Amino acid sequence: MKIANQTTSAVSLVQAALGKIDQYQDWHIFTFVNRDAALKRAREIDKKIKNGEPVGRLAGVPYALKDNFLSKEGETTASAKILTGLTSPLNATCVEKLEAEDAIMIGRTNLDAFAHGSSTENSFFGPTKNAFDPERVAGGSSGGSAVAVALGCAEFATGTDTGGSIRQPASFNGVFGIKPTYGAISRYGVVAMASSTDVVGFFAKTPADLDLLMSVASGKDAKDLTSLPDFYGFEDKKLKKKKIGFVKEFVESPALNPELKTALEAKLSAFRSKGYEIVELSLPTLEYALATYYILQPAEVASNLSRYDGIRYGFRSKNLDPAKVCSADENPEKTALDLCYQQTRQEGFMRENKRRIMIGNFVLSSGFYDAYFLKAAKARTLIIKEFEKAFEKVDAILSPVAPNPAFRLGEKVNDPVSMYLEDVMSVPVNLAGIPAVAFPAGWTESNPASKSTKNPTKNPTKNPTKNPVSKLPLGLQLLGPRRSDKQLLEMVEEIL
Amino acid sequence: MPATPSSKTTADKTSSQNPQKYGLTIGIECHVQLKTKTKLFSEVDNDARGKAPNSCVSPVDYALPGMLPRLNGEAVRLAIRAGAAMNAEINPKSRFDRKHYFYPDSPKGYQITQFYSPIIGAGFIELPSGKKIRIEHAHLEGDAGKLSHYADYSLVDFNRVDTPLLEIVSMPDISSAEEARDYCKELWRNMLFADVTNGDLYNGNMRFDVNISLKKPEATELGTRAEIKNLNSFRSVERAVLYEYERQSKLLDHGEKIVQETRGWSDATGKTTAQRSKEVAQDYRYMPEPDLPPLNLSEDFIQAEYSACPKLPQDYRRDFAKKLPTDTLEVLLDYPLLMSRLSELATDHAAALAYIANLFSSVLLAEENASLLNDKLPEAAKLAELADMKAQNELSSTSAKEIFLKLFEEKHYDKSPRALAKELNLIQENDSAALEALINEVLKDPSTKSAQEDFKNGKEKVLGFLVGSVMKASKGKANPAAVSKLLKNKLK
Repeated sequence: MKIANQTTSAVSLVQAALGKIDQYQDWHIFTFVNRDAALKRAREIDKKIKNGEPVGRLAGVPYALKDNFLSKEGETTASAKILTGLTSPLNATCVEKLEAEDAIMIGRTNLDAFAHGSSTENSFFGPTKNAFDPERVAGGSSGGSAVAVALGCAEFATGTDTGGSIRQPASFNGVFGIKPTYGAISRYGVVAMASSTDVVGFFAKTPADLDLLMSVASGKDAKDLTSLPDFYGFEDKKLKKKKIGFVKEFVESPALNPELKTALEAKLSAFRSKGYEIVELSLPTLEYALATYYILQPAEVASNLSRYDGIRYGFRSKNLDPAKVCSADENPEKTALDLCYQQTRQEGFMRENKRRIMIGNFVLSSGFYDAYFLKAAKARTLIIKEFEKAFEKVDAILSPVAPNPAFRLGEKVNDPVSMYLEDVMSVPVNLAGIPAVAFPAGWTESNPASKSTKNPTKNPTKNPTKNPVSKLPLGLQLLGPRRSDKQLLEMVEEIL
Repeated sequence: MPATPSSKTTADKTSSQNPQKYGLTIGIECHVQLKTKTKLFSEVDNDARGKAPNSCVSPVDYALPGMLPRLNGEAVRLAIRAGAAMNAEINPKSRFDRKHYFYPDSPKGYQITQFYSPIIGAGFIELPSGKKIRIEHAHLEGDAGKLSHYADYSLVDFNRVDTPLLEIVSMPDISSAEEARDYCKELWRNMLFADVTNGDLYNGNMRFDVNISLKKPEATELGTRAEIKNLNSFRSVERAVLYEYERQSKLLDHGEKIVQETRGWSDATGKTTAQRSKEVAQDYRYMPEPDLPPLNLSEDFIQAEYSACPKLPQDYRRDFAKKLPTDTLEVLLDYPLLMSRLSELATDHAAALAYIANLFSSVLLAEENASLLNDKLPEAAKLAELADMKAQNELSSTSAKEIFLKLFEEKHYDKSPRALAKELNLIQENDSAALEALINEVLKDPSTKSAQEDFKNGKEKVLGFLVGSVMKASKGKANPAAVSKLLKNKLK
């Protein structure tokens, strides 16, 4: 990525990014643009460079911050109404580390509210559009971040990946995304979704950029007891077996888009030509990963969203008159406090947030805990073990990120199960806590059921695609054992 | 602090009113606030005494999004020490869980506790009677905030949020109101001696929830229980149990059922009242806390903390059994500092032990001297010197008490008892020759003549007057016992 130096100034980098942000306003990429502060910082950095003072490894690089990271700049909303008005008194650890290397936050990006979703359609601020077809979804939940990088609004972007939220939008928009090993980067200051699978990661244009970002942001943080001791860059390189696996159950799945299957086979050939042996793996337990994930994740979601009650910060409902908001059959003894909780959460959460709160509370409720939560926790252990066994045989596993390329806006948002099925190939990685790198692997031959004649963009010059709109990006992911983050990036680099 | 020695009267009253009609089964949960420097999950001050509301609160405590709990190692160490004070097993592996409920005193919407795997396993507390009350387990958890309610609004103070609590759960081994009180008191003493809490009951450092059920003596199953929440004195524990016995036995007498419920206690009315029924009890939706890894403690770590536990009441009872009267000892066993000082005396100045113990219990702990008792006690050597001067009749008992109390005053901290006695001119005259001279002077005085005659005629009562006259002449410095003896000899 471009870094400010004697030939390129931070101001010109920031101005270029701001220009793109303005150009793609209709894509709903940003929830906040840090215009003045970013330019001010850029000028400071340019001054340092001019004076020969040392600058950070990310000097002047404009980056987009997913709006679920706490930062003192702008409101941290997680694209949820209930957090509107929240100004953070502190920065997330990840933000601190990026800023310490002189990166410049250019704006906050849109997401599915609280990262609940696979399309960024569940945002209080409206959906982000796909970088290559504005009738299609950006993917999610980090849709804004992926599109920001794809369209040049930022040199890189932060993301969070709880069940595919970095990899799927990366693959829908033709950029690179890393979902690091669980605990590689501190979660401190990142709005929690499902704490046991949440990871912080990045979007960028090259594996080398992701490598630099990982070396900047990873490491033990005393403020996050689940963060791992420093390992990035210290991995044992002698582990290489020169073997790449693929998962039979994924490749043979009738749900898998044929073009993605072809792209996968092409990349396997590429690995073979680099001297890797290709190994077919059967991972039958992965069949249960989606069900397991959609029990554990909503449980943690329901718990993590309990703190949003309108008492201390963010949005509080003004409709607190029982005569107006309570139906006749509701408890007439409802207190003002009950109403405050009820109305604030009723109005402040999106439909999908509420769906997960209800599922989560159900699986945690007394009498159902053993049947659902505990059983899912056991299934998770089996999935972890199955991956461990697989990585005794291979260095990495090549897999699709999602069964299909970007789908249409509105196509799945009212059909939660088909939306959840989007995650079938991404969630096993999160349950196992292993790293994965999503990378572009070509384009569709044509835009499936393309409606390009009815392109909604009024101004054709705003059309972002350098590629014809008839084609959509295809994405794959490479999975490895825990702490193999750097090797995965190197292996992806080999087959580009 | 009710420091009265255990009285048998209340228990006798219970049994005489209700001669064995129903058996009482009591189990007690106690919340102990641990005296750590910082909170259980954040690095802000844990001691909010005298501080403005919401001034000891970090973003972790008020649950800003994205905040993660950091476990306070000191709380873990204090918990282990508390475990030692309960003769309990420490679990090398324990975990934290979330207990969910909505209320403004709980900013996260859940309390972090140890529901599935507590840090402390089975143990027991031995009562002064010798009965052992078994401890089921004890676990670490964060305290809640405080609400204050006004006419049309309420305020919340988060200073207390995530103050470390150790919840100690007893087995239902307690069978009378008196025993319930004794258990609470003995538990309090053990926590105080183990030095894990400030133990200030008035300020809620220890709170008791008492579960009470009644059953007919022949019944094999326990009756339905009621839980009385948030008692904060030994006396209210005892009174609440007595009240509940009356209430429940009346219901049972009339063939009515006991409702399983939570009840509150009012010291003012002396009654318990229903708070909420367990039938519509909240479902806490417990879940493992994903932000805190399991707590793994090494054997060495546990051993080190276990053996760091200071002497406990039962240790002192054993050590002092033959050296001090039981009544005195039981009074002093509310005060770890006094006991530790007495222990030093017993080792290095054994002769002073009984006298100083008596001064502690009868003089220092008298209500009018309450303000003198703080963390700064006179050193053992000073106390021993005082006891020695008294034993050598260098000080009258009145003067000795006076000097004893002065030793606790800040302005006298650096003075020895002898220096103080000299300064205050309190050293007694014991020298026979000097005393005889004084006596002779008094006997020569015409105003004592009639008294002398009376004494010789067998009216021994007047001796007091004569001794008093000598004391007066000595300006109070003469040893009255010696004077009396000498006078008797003279007048024979």
